[in-house]
Amino acid sequence: MIASRKTSGFEDMSMLRRTSDETTSHSTRLPKDSSQVAGYVRAPEWEIVIGLEVHTQLSTNSKIFSGASTTYGAEPNTQADAVSIALPGVLPVLNKGAVERAIKFGLAVGAHIAPRSVFARKNYFYPDLPKGYQISQFDLPVVGQGALTIQVDPLSGNAKPYEKVVRITRAHLEEDAGKSVHGDSQGMTGIDLNRAGTPLLEIVSEPDMSSAAEAVAYAKTLHSLVRWIGICDGNMQEGSFRCDVNVSVRRPGEPLGTRREIKNLNSFKFMQQAIDYEVQWQIDTLENGGKIHQATVLFDADKGETLAMRSKEEAHDYRYFPDPDLLPLDITPAMFEQVRATLPESQQAKQKRYVNDLGLSAYDASILTASRAMADFFEAAISCLPKQSKLVANWIMGEISALLARDKLEIENCPVSAAWLAGLLARVSDNTINVKTAKEILDSAWGRNQIFAKLAEALTSIDAEIDAKGLKQVSDTGAIEKIVDEIIAANPAQVAEYRSGKDKVFGFFVGLAMKASKGQANPAQLNDVLKRKLAG
Amino acid sequence: MSLTNADVRKVARLARLAMSEAEIESARAQLSGIFDLIAEMQAVDTNGIAPMSHAQDLSQRLREDVVTEADQRGLFQSIAPQVEAGLYLVPQVIE
Amino acid sequence: MLNSSLQQLGSALRTGKISSVELTQLYLDRIATLNPALNAYVTTNAETSLAQARQADALLAGGKAQPLTGIPIAQKDIFCAKGWRTTCGSKMLENFVAPYDAHVIAQFNNAGAVNLGKTNMDEFAMGSSNETSYFGAVKNPWNRNAVPGGSSGGSACAVAARLCAAATGTDTGGSIRQPAALCGISGIKPTYGAVSRYGMIAFASSLDQAGPMARSAEDLALLLNVMTGFDARDSTSLPRDKEDYARDLNKPLAGLRIGLPKEFFAEGLAQDVAGCVNAAIAEYKKLGATIVDISLPNSKLAVPVYYVLAPAEASSNLSRYDGVRYGYRAPEYSDLTEMYEKSRAQGFGAEVKRRIMIGTYVLSHGYYDAYYLQAQKIRRLIAQDFDDAFKQCDVIMGPTSPSTAFNLGEKGDDPVQMYLSDIYTIAVNLAGLPGMSIPAGFGSNGRPVGLQIIGNYFAEARMLNVAHQYQQATDHHDRVPQDIGL
Repeated sequence: MIASRKTSGFEDMSMLRRTSDETTSHSTRLPKDSSQVAGYVRAPEWEIVIGLEVHTQLSTNSKIFSGASTTYGAEPNTQADAVSIALPGVLPVLNKGAVERAIKFGLAVGAHIAPRSVFARKNYFYPDLPKGYQISQFDLPVVGQGALTIQVDPLSGNAKPYEKVVRITRAHLEEDAGKSVHGDSQGMTGIDLNRAGTPLLEIVSEPDMSSAAEAVAYAKTLHSLVRWIGICDGNMQEGSFRCDVNVSVRRPGEPLGTRREIKNLNSFKFMQQAIDYEVQWQIDTLENGGKIHQATVLFDADKGETLAMRSKEEAHDYRYFPDPDLLPLDITPAMFEQVRATLPESQQAKQKRYVNDLGLSAYDASILTASRAMADFFEAAISCLPKQSKLVANWIMGEISALLARDKLEIENCPVSAAWLAGLLARVSDNTINVKTAKEILDSAWGRNQIFAKLAEALTSIDAEIDAKGLKQVSDTGAIEKIVDEIIAANPAQVAEYRSGKDKVFGFFVGLAMKASKGQANPAQLNDVLKRKLAG
Repeated sequence: MSLTNADVRKVARLARLAMSEAEIESARAQLSGIFDLIAEMQAVDTNGIAPMSHAQDLSQRLREDVVTEADQRGLFQSIAPQVEAGLYLVPQVIE
Repeated sequence: MLNSSLQQLGSALRTGKISSVELTQLYLDRIATLNPALNAYVTTNAETSLAQARQADALLAGGKAQPLTGIPIAQKDIFCAKGWRTTCGSKMLENFVAPYDAHVIAQFNNAGAVNLGKTNMDEFAMGSSNETSYFGAVKNPWNRNAVPGGSSGGSACAVAARLCAAATGTDTGGSIRQPAALCGISGIKPTYGAVSRYGMIAFASSLDQAGPMARSAEDLALLLNVMTGFDARDSTSLPRDKEDYARDLNKPLAGLRIGLPKEFFAEGLAQDVAGCVNAAIAEYKKLGATIVDISLPNSKLAVPVYYVLAPAEASSNLSRYDGVRYGYRAPEYSDLTEMYEKSRAQGFGAEVKRRIMIGTYVLSHGYYDAYYLQAQKIRRLIAQDFDDAFKQCDVIMGPTSPSTAFNLGEKGDDPVQMYLSDIYTIAVNLAGLPGMSIPAGFGSNGRPVGLQIIGNYFAEARMLNVAHQYQQATDHHDRVPQDIGL
């Protein structure tokens, strides 16, 4: 099952004769004489085995075991309540929102949701862990086995992207620790417990990945998913999505090698660099007769190296036992159904629907489903204007996106609502206004927050504006002919140029006509009239 | 049961309790006695018995996801051994 | 006044015979006189108590009094009380001023009671003699060479010596019942989950339960009415309707079936204690009860099981005492590890450290199945024994403690000897059942003997009825120690 890879940090996927149809049971077909493969450096004698543990901060308002706020960026310890700082006598009570988000995740990856799961104490001493134990789940996690389908871009070489299914072992609920602030006063470390108690869902994969490309693809897909289903904001800079990567290597047919864990990677780029370095380091070590010792390593982004943390004298003995302050978490069928009803249509399903039912291109579909919010905006707009999916799609991907980018806004904060955009485009598609006018109206509306929930209200406002500013498209052939006649009469030199074959001059006339009509001439009609009259 | 001083030292370290060699030896003797007491229960056949964590077979109650706690940093840090700029201070942690 | 029941005190307060301020001052004066010798209290704060008494007097004057309004109650120093030093009997919390109220404290405040002060206790509730307190041993008011029992020794002493109208305690393996027995007073540990543990400094979470200590069953009923009730901040708090624990006090006992476990009357039980307990049983027969011989075959495993589970939970619960955010921090250390190790070694006493080490060991890698898991399984067997027994009887009775109060220092060297004094009480905590102790006479050395009454889950009202009827027919509970200025 594990594909063989050769080494040296670049993946020569051309060695793998696979089509894009092959999925989990992809097997490796290696050329008998590997020296025939272009760019190949060394014999493929090493298999890479990678598993990921991802800690996602759940997007609840309050902490997992107390009612303190989880808002990022507050002054130190202003969101550290009695439970967060582990005062004597305090007790944990479980946040329903955290449980709902865990169930949602399980549903999204097709996982078994444990009807009964248990919280356990993981005991160790560290200043950012106020109780001296972390409440987590050990034997009985809330989410069991699931799977995530990923699209892998091989990153180098000339192999094609391919699909792979990565199995998820489990996902469990636990609380986050606080933060250490180093290097402050006289060799002391400052502890901020605002983050202590924030709910985490720890998602553990099987060691199914065999390259940095696959690991990064998995991490990116998972990142997209948790944001899509609305359980985590995925902000890696703020620590909402933290990846630990377990890496080991082995010769084919041998048992699993000792793994080292690269901790707290918070960018996909660093993840890829770290894995490539680590893999090479492990192979070099073994080939030189050395041994790999289990270790936790950190990635030094400046040097591009992984470095083992100072090893402790004894391995951690966490002394897990069921937390007696909490009762078993029983998820009733009612709760399960209630959460299932809130699970959104998946990104893949939406893309398929946009292509198959709405006739959009695969590319357009992928842009419009880049985020839940974008897809929601699009769907809200076309629900007001059902027959104009392509028009709506183009405007969102074009004008709207450009304005958002210019003003550094996200679609969630778009100053015009989907219904308003639908209204504007309704007036374009019924020829009341032309595209140029529509763009002007959009520009002017952008600064004035046109948030209408319903199409009818939006149209009322837009129509009022069109009337007030006299923006109606001039589609009256007579009026257009009059304008064109005047222009032709006033510009004989350019008329002659055009008639002598200089097609480019056409634009000059279009520009003058638009100016004369204050931009309101129906472009299609104008074109027809101009062509006819210029032809003589 | 026979505990060794090494056992006691290891447990003391896990529990973050400083102990002199004399204290370790004395603890070893006392703990051994306590473990002899505990040993009585080890021979009991408990095959097929489910462990009992709580008296009643109830489920964990869920709390609505609302913020209920206000900032009490001033009060809570008035009893702290060492704070600065709102942070609890501890000797520097070396990774 | 000092020998009145809580009902009589309440009545006197409501009719203006005495004010809460006067009553509180009366107790404060007695504490000033007697506490130096008895050491029942760790902290008093006259100003705060009297301010509360004044508020109570206002409620009384306005006709807004509840049954306990204005009554001075001693609080075991395990309950966090906002603004009060809360030590848990430990150097670790010697200067810890709690920034919030435990649920129990809030209940009493809302009932208009007066916090008279914080009573001494075995350190972190670990002990059966109140000799492990950092603040010194408590003396038994019946004989000052004797221990009062533990861990709620200070509360038991305060009640017996009339240094409060009533007190609170906590019971993890017998720490309300055993000191109640040794000090000749009444105490009840309710069903696990009946009283919120929020703000009650944790020892062994699945076993700890708070309860009242007073001079009679009818007093206990009034106190339980205030202490019990669902608390959303404690996940193990039971969502039950409030009940009036005094409602059945006067029911006749005809037809009551009393189970006597043969294991509670076997070797190890002192003869004089057996004598008192047997006399009490005879009295119950006169009151109309029938005796049923029962067996709790796994009860002899209760002590070893307890000394695996309780230390295991405690070792984890006490990890938060690390000198970082509150509590004792060692004055000198060279790095973080040393800060932890010295703060904890210096802040905790010997018994606490012993139990932390046992707990750490039984949870550690390779030992969990043989110790912790095994103990949890036997725990179920022990609970099943009681289940079976309650099919044959309504309540179970026996001695609370194998002997009367032993002398201070007598069980010093061997911790195991101390542990065995909980032999009759521990199984009740493991099963989560309610248990109480009431005075049943005096042993050969004049020291009190306690009768233990164990009920089925939620049978407190029945148990209080059974105790009250006995207390109507006997006067052991009315006896007063000498030399306490009465």
